[in-house]
Order: sequence, then structure tokens, then C-alpha cells
Amino acid sequence: MIRKEYLVALQTIVYKEMRRFLRIWVQTLLPSIITTTLYFLIFGTLIGSRIGQMNGYDYMDFIVPGLILMAVISNAYSNVVSSFYGTKFQRNIEEMLVAPIPSWVILVGYISGGVMRGLIVGLCVTTVSLFFTDMTIAHPFIMVTVFLLTGILFSTAGFINAVYAKSFDDISIVPTFVLTPLIYLGGVFYSIELLPAFWQKLSLLNPVFYMVNVFRHSILGESDISLMSGFAVILIFIILLIGISLRLLSKGVGIKN
Amino acid sequence: MNALEIKNLEKRYSNGFVALKGINLSIKQGDFFALLGSNGAGKSTVIGIVSSLVNKTSGSVKVFGFDLDQEPEEAKRCIGLVPQEFNFNQFEKVFDIVVAQAGYYGIPRKEALRRAEVCLKQLELWDKRNEASRELSGGMKRRLMIARALVHEPKLLILDEPTAGVDIEIRRSMWDFLKEINAAGTTIILTTHYLEEAESLCRHIAIINKGEVVENTDMTSLLEKADEECFVLSLERAVDAVPEIDGCSITVVDERTWKVNVSKKVGLNALFADLDKLDIKVSGMRNESNRLEQWFLGLLSENREGAK
Repeated sequence: MIRKEYLVALQTIVYKEMRRFLRIWVQTLLPSIITTTLYFLIFGTLIGSRIGQMNGYDYMDFIVPGLILMAVISNAYSNVVSSFYGTKFQRNIEEMLVAPIPSWVILVGYISGGVMRGLIVGLCVTTVSLFFTDMTIAHPFIMVTVFLLTGILFSTAGFINAVYAKSFDDISIVPTFVLTPLIYLGGVFYSIELLPAFWQKLSLLNPVFYMVNVFRHSILGESDISLMSGFAVILIFIILLIGISLRLLSKGVGIKN
Repeated sequence: MNALEIKNLEKRYSNGFVALKGINLSIKQGDFFALLGSNGAGKSTVIGIVSSLVNKTSGSVKVFGFDLDQEPEEAKRCIGLVPQEFNFNQFEKVFDIVVAQAGYYGIPRKEALRRAEVCLKQLELWDKRNEASRELSGGMKRRLMIARALVHEPKLLILDEPTAGVDIEIRRSMWDFLKEINAAGTTIILTTHYLEEAESLCRHIAIINKGEVVENTDMTSLLEKADEECFVLSLERAVDAVPEIDGCSITVVDERTWKVNVSKKVGLNALFADLDKLDIKVSGMRNESNRLEQWFLGLLSENREGAK
């Protein structure tokens, strides 16, 4: 049974995290909404009308799920990486280390903060998308589940990045050189059927590809992969990253001498 | 019961530097304990290990009987830490920092709000509760760290140089506050570079040098070891010839100021009696440095000589 004290500590961390990103909403929430609106406008409306259809859907309808998920991924990741690194940098991580909080409570607290920011931005972007397309959601339950799982996965990835980071450069290197290519090559803007066979197989190694396609399935009702394989890959990555994070926390890597 | 029991504590950093070489310490419940040592001696490493901020290499630490390895949460619940450097979120409000710390200790929000109010009022920070912590003065930041450390009502309060960089008035008021909470039952461990602070507050003292405890005793016994004390005397009128007084050595600072090292065996009464006989009138007197400081410097110098 989870002790009541742990729940209070968890609530404190989540409350602190939410207060942080809501206090600086111009830096945390607004940029993704503006960027995604520009994507809708340029790739969807202006260029999309010339591209025609993709997998039997208008190009705008095809890219909307991927763009929404892109906002969730980047916000969940950047929330945790910047918040946890900032906590390390200002040394107020010590406030938690001296307290009787198990490592998993700290991890769940930060992941929850990242998921909340991802969800808020995701919902805002979804609302904006309704101005550009007559989108209907085929499977709302699957959509919410993918929202949450994607948020959890990338919040955890952000946490690991923050644990190893030794400077502010280190928290921007991974998003720039790893996360962005994974997102852009994860089938947000195209169907992998357009790719040569080798690149199609290579795309299957990209976890973002599975998330984008499962999410696309939840909105459009179909995608490049089966739902089961999509969820399986997402869950395997989540379990792997959470295991690594807990190990790092319990050993005190990057936070203790 | 001992508030803190440290056995054979060793710390070797990844670069090979040995910060602690198997130290042993016992601190009784209710004590006011000074942990002294020069910079880099290992004081902060001891505090870091006890408060779970530094991983130890070997040895054991028990806090009020709770082993830090076996029952870390119970041990942590007993400790309140005031670290040497400001380590709160500079952008958070004062009140939020203290309330959040209570939350980390599992104190429900309603009770956390009440306790935060009590602590901030005790430390005279209640008026600043809605200000971002970065806007506080240095002394206020120190007091905020004490308020934060006390919000879960710890039985053992550890203060790592709590009065560094604060003015005399605030330092004195912090001393009074610490005496008050110690009298109310909180065990206090203090590291400081102000030896006057240790002398006036603490009942027991340990001195760490190069990762080893070189002295661990009560303050009275320690002060008795100090052979002599240095006083600065202001003379009523200039004296041309410096007299010879048994057990004292006199250094002339200027024509009306002397520095006098007085041996403990001679004492001040004998010094003044001799000066009186010589018709030398003293209009003022102050300690050049306190006894503990002189003894401490002597000890460090002995250790350096020993190392050579």
C-alpha cells in the first residue's frame, strides 16, 4: 500500500511543476501553439492543397494527428528536462533528497508535470486544428491513451537527459540532434509507403513512428501499422526508460557526490 | 539515546581524494555540538553524508537509532538541514518554498500552511512571504533556510555555517533563536568559522582535520587546554619602557596600545597588580582573539608540523 506521506509529497511535486509552467506560460505553452498553427497554415492549407491526398485523406487531415503529437512530445520532454536540470542547477534538488521521499515519487512527480504540460498544449493545438479541418475523432479513448503514454515516455526521456546534463547546452543537444530528427522522420508529414523498402524498415526502429501512427489511427481510424504493435512498442520503451531513470535516481547519478 | 552516531565513516571521491578517513562521532540528544575544521577538512562531507546528499564509501550513520542504510526515511524525518549555500528556487515565493518543504515530508497542505506561517513568523520573515526568494537580503535568505529546515519539526538540526556573511545584529538574533530551540529540546550540530560563535553556543566540540577527528571533547575541557589568551590594552598615557612581567609577553602596537599574551597560570589579576605597581593605568581592554581561536590555530599548526 502506498503511504499517505508519499501521496502528499507527490502532490507537492506535481503542484510545484504545474505552477512553474503556468507561471511562465508565454515561454512554455504559447510557442508550440503558434508553431503548430503555422504548420497548419503553411503545410496544410497553402502547400497541402497542391499535394492532394495521402493514404486516401486530404493532406491537412493526414498531418493533423502527427502535428498534435509533435507538440505533446516536445512539450513533455522540454518541461522535464528544463525543470529537473534547473532544480539540479539551483541545487534545490537537495530539498527533495534530504526528505523521506522514495525515488519513484520524485520520478512520478516530474513525469506528471511533463504529461500535464503535454496534455494542455495537445488540447490547445487540437482546438486550433478545428479551425483548419473538419476533423472527427474516430476513437477518443485511444486518443487520450496515446496522449498519456506519449507524455509519459518523453517526460521520462527528458528526465534521463536532465540527470546526465552538466550544462544548459546538454539539455538542448538531445532535443535538437535526436528528438527533432526522430519526430520529422517518424511519419508526421508522410506515409512510409512513399519510402523505398530500406527506409521503410529503418523507420520501424523509430519509436515516434509508432506513436504517430497509433495516434493517427485514433483520429482517422486507420494507419500504417496495427494498433497492438504500436502500443507494444510504446509500452516497452516506457518500461525501459522508467527502469533506467529509477536506477539513476537510486544511485544518485548526476545529483549526489 | 544518541542523536547521531557515526562509525568508521569513510568517503573517497571518484577522483581518488579521500575526504574522510574513518571518523567516529557520537552526539547526545539535546546537545549543542560544534563541528570545526579548516576549509576542506571534511566537515561538509560529514554533513552531506548524514543528510543523504553525499554517498558514503563505507561506515555507518545512525540518527536517533535509525540506520541511514536500513531505515533511511525514519532517519531523514529526524533531520533538518541548513546548508552552507543558498539552495532554494530563486523564483519561488518565500511562503511557497517553506510549504513545499513540508509537503516533501508528507505533511498535509492545511497543516503545512499553518506550520509555514509559524516558522516564518519565528524567523521574522512573515512580511516577506509573498516575495520571490531572490529579492531577499543575505541575512533573510539564511533565515529562510532555517525556517525551511524547521517546518517538519526535526529533532536534529544541522547548520552548515549558518551565519556566514550576515551582520552582527542578525548573527546575535540567530544565536538567541538557536539557543531557544536547543533549550526546547532540539539537538543542534553547527559548523562555523566564527570560533566565538562555537564558544558561546556549543557544549561539545569536535575538530576535523584532513578527514580525521583530531579532538572531540566538551567545550570547558577544551578551553582549559588553551594556555594563554591575548588581550589588547589601551593605556591612559604613553609608556616609554616596556616592563617585564612574569608569565606575560608584551608587544607594543603604538605608544598607548599593547598586545599582551597572558598565561593561564598567571591570570589577569596578577597582570593588573603588576601594572598597578608600575603605575601603568589601563583605560580599556579587549580580547585580541578568543581562547578557542588561539587553541584551534595552535592545533592546526601542530598537525601541519606533524605532517612534515
